[in-house]
Amino acid sequence: MNLSLYTLAVVWGVAAGFVTRIRMLESDYRQYPTYPHGHVIHLALGLIAAALGAVAVPALMQKDYTAITFLTVAAQQFRDVRNMERQMLTNLDELELVPRGKNYIEGIAMVFEGRNYIVIFAAFLTSLSVVIFHHWWVGALVGLAILFLSGFLMSGKVIHDIAEVEVAPLRIEGASLYVQDIYLMNIGLEDNRKRILENGIGILVTPRRASGRVTIGNIGQRQAILHDVSTILGVYRDTGEPALTPLAKRDLKDGRLGILLLPQEKDVERAVEIVKNVPVLESAIRKPSKMPKELRKRWEST
Amino acid sequence: MSKGKILAVITTQPDKVAGGAPIFAADSLEELEKKAFLLEKILDAMVHEIDQDTKIIVKH
Repeated sequence: MNLSLYTLAVVWGVAAGFVTRIRMLESDYRQYPTYPHGHVIHLALGLIAAALGAVAVPALMQKDYTAITFLTVAAQQFRDVRNMERQMLTNLDELELVPRGKNYIEGIAMVFEGRNYIVIFAAFLTSLSVVIFHHWWVGALVGLAILFLSGFLMSGKVIHDIAEVEVAPLRIEGASLYVQDIYLMNIGLEDNRKRILENGIGILVTPRRASGRVTIGNIGQRQAILHDVSTILGVYRDTGEPALTPLAKRDLKDGRLGILLLPQEKDVERAVEIVKNVPVLESAIRKPSKMPKELRKRWEST
Repeated sequence: MSKGKILAVITTQPDKVAGGAPIFAADSLEELEKKAFLLEKILDAMVHEIDQDTKIIVKH
């Protein structure tokens, strides 16, 4: 190839960044981003991010230091992406039978912003490696390595990592609905009680550690569980049927979670699998065990 | 409609309830159940049982 070194760096940087974005743009059961227009938006923004990252290296090499201020514009731009996602999802959430909940939406929005920075980083490193080693194939290798690594950045923890999930019997005493021994709600109509017992699945989520206990107690995290199951298994619910609401309540004593699911297809084993694989929301994670040691000592001695 | 508000009360013992929400009197437990069912669908609010003779409709 007869291209100048900087051109090569930029081309490979942009390519690596763009492919990284494609790799991280997965449309799964959550059906988000919506195919195909949502994809177009994010690919276009990914391309811009890749270009920014790739151009930064030649700009710095030319001692064009002010060019770096360009990146601040980019940061602003991607924060807007986050706002856009948040607004759209919040608007749509009002019309969901089982809403995602604010935490889930924040999580998704945050991920969209974060992934653009990963793209910038990937493009920057690829471009830098081409400039340093004077060979385009070094860039290709670095790009591939980052592509591989970005897979790890995508995946977070799931419920199964922090808690045990098992089926538990639903039962009704008078007007009260329980999952095993956890009280869920008061149902006034005989008809609804019958339908809930018929179609409902009771699930018990037992946290393994103290940190998990706080995390699954988070209301946003609980809503995410209910939403995910409803997305995959469908939901036995409609407007005008307020009693048929999937619900999760805590046992106040030990932090276990009792969940009532109302799937369209009553497949108990799959429901358990789905709950196990619900992502742990970033905003719900707490680390009480990371409290400073001195503090804890003082606390325990009193 | 605001949240957590009692929209209606259905009872077979109207002398036991009073207050701001509309009160529907029923003659039998079957009628109580039927009226509660109808009001639930109409108001899109949930029926809760206070005791055997009284149900309330609450918007959550």
